[in-house]
Amino acid sequence: MVRVEFLGPIQKEPLNIEANTLSDVAKILSQDEELKEWIATSAVAVNDTLVSSLDISLKDGDKISLLPPVCGG
Amino acid sequence: MLELYNGALDVPAILKRWYEEESPNNYGAYIPFVGTVRAEDGIEGLSFDIYEPILQSWFSAWEQKANNKGAKVVMAHSIGDVMVHESSYIAAVFSPKRRVALELIDEYVEDFKASAPIWKYDIIDGLRVYAKERSTQIKGSGLLGVIQ
Repeated sequence: MVRVEFLGPIQKEPLNIEANTLSDVAKILSQDEELKEWIATSAVAVNDTLVSSLDISLKDGDKISLLPPVCGG
Repeated sequence: MLELYNGALDVPAILKRWYEEESPNNYGAYIPFVGTVRAEDGIEGLSFDIYEPILQSWFSAWEQKANNKGAKVVMAHSIGDVMVHESSYIAAVFSPKRRVALELIDEYVEDFKASAPIWKYDIIDGLRVYAKERSTQIKGSGLLGVIQ
């Protein structure tokens, strides 16, 4: 079981899902219509490190974060 | 040094303290950038969410980059509401000579705008409205959408 957290303006409670890779996470999240736009524009972090590949193995307890477009300052 | 505050920054106090802390360290240049909320489009102020773990990683990488040039970076940012004509962001560079600080402050502030995990909302009629049009996708965004 991994935990998916939605940061900033994505108004969604965290999800606990079964996933072995980020591709599995992508497939599960893509079934949620209200997440479609956020998925297309968000960066992804695994255990607080930004990642750039879907071929990442996940283990029990991992945290996946979605980071939508930013604007600090 | 990464400092986060609830609400507006006390800019004079922060700049003064950084100046006094670094004065003994033989830096010849101190270049601060202060971001202040402007009155535009009828907003009452801005509001900010921050994701601290990744902001800290981003900042640590910048500390290392500055250190490699003999320089030092610092920053302060607000969490929550900051009203018009108050300030929400200070970034500063200290370096032995001016050239490094002048060049770093530009890159440091621009990379902050593009990469730091902070989300901005306009405050309009007391409500927070995500500043979507002014926001920037972090490099590598859309990864989970590739599979569709």
